[in-house]
Amino acid sequence: MIKLERLTKIYETPVRKVVAADHIDMEVPTGEICVLLGPSGCGKTTTLKMVNRIVTPTGGRVLIDGQDTTDIPTVELRRKIGYVIQQIGLFPNMTVEENICVVPRLLGWDAAKARRRAAELLELTALDPATFLKRYPKELSGGQQQRVGVARALAADPPVMLMDEPFGAIDPINRAAIQDEFLKLQEKLHKTILFVSHDIDEAVKMGDKIAIFRAGRLEQIDSPDNVLAHPAQPFIADFVGADRTIKRLGLIRVADAMTSDAPVLSLGADPVLAQAMLHESGAAALVIVTPEGKPHGFMTAASSFGPGSTCGHASTPIAASVSVAADLRTAVSRMFENDVEWLSCVDDEGRHVGALEMRRIRHLLGRTYEAGGRA
Amino acid sequence: MNDRPVSGRAMGCVGSKVGEWLLWGAIIAVALGVLRWIDLPEMLRRYGGDIVHLAVQHLGLAALSGGLAILVGIPVGIILSRPSFAKISEPGARVLTIGSTIPSLAILALSMSWLGIGTPPAVFALWAVTLLPIVRNTMAGLRGVDPYLLEAGRGMGMTPMQLLVRVELPNAMYVLLAGVRTALAINVGTVPMAFLIGGGGLGELIFTGIDLNEPAMMLAGAIPTAGLAVLVDFSLGLIAYYLVPRGVNPLR
Ligand SMILES: Nc1ncnc2c1ncn2[C@@H]1O[C@H](COP(=O)(O)OP(=O)(O)OP(=O)(O)O)[C@@H](O)[C@H]1O
Ligand SMILES: [Mg+2]
Repeated sequence: MIKLERLTKIYETPVRKVVAADHIDMEVPTGEICVLLGPSGCGKTTTLKMVNRIVTPTGGRVLIDGQDTTDIPTVELRRKIGYVIQQIGLFPNMTVEENICVVPRLLGWDAAKARRRAAELLELTALDPATFLKRYPKELSGGQQQRVGVARALAADPPVMLMDEPFGAIDPINRAAIQDEFLKLQEKLHKTILFVSHDIDEAVKMGDKIAIFRAGRLEQIDSPDNVLAHPAQPFIADFVGADRTIKRLGLIRVADAMTSDAPVLSLGADPVLAQAMLHESGAAALVIVTPEGKPHGFMTAASSFGPGSTCGHASTPIAASVSVAADLRTAVSRMFENDVEWLSCVDDEGRHVGALEMRRIRHLLGRTYEAGGRA
Repeated sequence: MNDRPVSGRAMGCVGSKVGEWLLWGAIIAVALGVLRWIDLPEMLRRYGGDIVHLAVQHLGLAALSGGLAILVGIPVGIILSRPSFAKISEPGARVLTIGSTIPSLAILALSMSWLGIGTPPAVFALWAVTLLPIVRNTMAGLRGVDPYLLEAGRGMGMTPMQLLVRVELPNAMYVLLAGVRTALAINVGTVPMAFLIGGGGLGELIFTGIDLNEPAMMLAGAIPTAGLAVLVDFSLGLIAYYLVPRGVNPLR
């Protein structure tokens, strides 16, 4: 756990005093990512650098797992903290392998073990070891350099990581890919991470918590959904954007929003039964599934059918479905594409496991505002 | 995406090769011209013994003063670029810049007025002439290392010494060695003048040849001197090529 207590930094410039961090109080529980978010110059980097004492605090203290960091020799402290700087900072005189091995070698690992670790980490960050180990930083693209920067910070398996805009210098598509890979990695590694960003979308995606800074002060620290749903100040509401409620869609999985208790019928069932069930449940539509459980079509109260026909014949084909693993942003996008009010939700095998209605999404997002309280 | 820097490097290599061959061609042409003008066997018969004796003296002067300048200049450059010396490194660099505009001949004269005549004042003057560019380039090289690399190194838990050896020096090496190369070129170019304050060396043949209006004698000193300068520069280029790490070496 990282705990900041009244952490303060005042820079004395010849012109005036700059209060870069003003009595910051916060904590990051073990295994969580906390994103420091805010406009340029608000003190995110300064706060981060006080944790590994690159910047010496003017006041307050930093505790890691309850231990005051001033009680640990600086060099020792830093070797236990993975550090990704804003400018990447790979050493140009060293190969990728040598860069990754820096901290392990400082810690006295033997060369063979450090090299094995380097190969393993490249694999983990989705770079082919055979191709990249012996390259120099200048022979890598920006995105590849950032991956190596992350691999280097992970090298000695530090429990705590400080990451200053680690995915800043890459195009949006590659950034999304690295973010996804890193989140997958974090599921396995459970590092305690302070992560600086000035991009609200990145913060919402990466953070278990978001800490919003302005002019050296910590203005709000909360879960991404609460920051979006209940910005504590007009400044934060502005900063997270007028479309903040749409952004919340990205935080909810289809699996958590769909209704899975609605009845379904198989292809061969009697349409009369379908009409009766629709009438009884009051649902707008009833999904007809194939023998494998895949969505085939749907019936409404208005569906017409001749005597002796089956549900298979009487149903209308389903226009669109969505994976249960997707988020609501994707789901809503698909609804708009197909001009429909609901989607069939399918699992990995493509089986229908529930339905997602627009009405339900509106309700889900709106509820937290009606109650006036927090979800 | 990864191919571009590689092919760029290959191009640079070819470019410098061509330049090198042109240079050698010019040197050989000049040498041939000179050889046609003088009687080489006759020259060697008359001055051969002197050439060997004086060349050894000449090399000794260059090696001693140059070696001492490297041994002192690099550490001084490193110390002056440490953060704790930040206050004096700025004025220090300015003094060094002014210092290197003083002509070598003036430094020889100053050295003689202080230490008298003979080998010690000659070595001292040559050492002073060579020292300044080495200190200056060592400082410039170290100061040119990207501050973010220092922060990254510090943040990973390097001690100041580890930072210097693993990050700062390798990244400053190219500029640092360029300084050594320039300095030694100045050194070798100045050694003949050491004769003027009694330091000996091939300058003896050159200046005496001029005085006696004896071209053969002058050339007996000048040709080995020139050959020596080319040799020193060439070997330093070679050393720099292999000593500068590949990732920061624009030549490879
Ligand atoms: N060494 C320094 N001396 C004086 N002022 C500084 C120093 N470092 C930072 N500051 C000031 O402290 C404030 C916070 O800087 P900091 O680098 O923490 O901002 P940031 O939130 O990381 O910004 P960005 O998003 O642009 O990286 C700024 O006003 C900056 O000008
Ligand atoms: Mg910053």
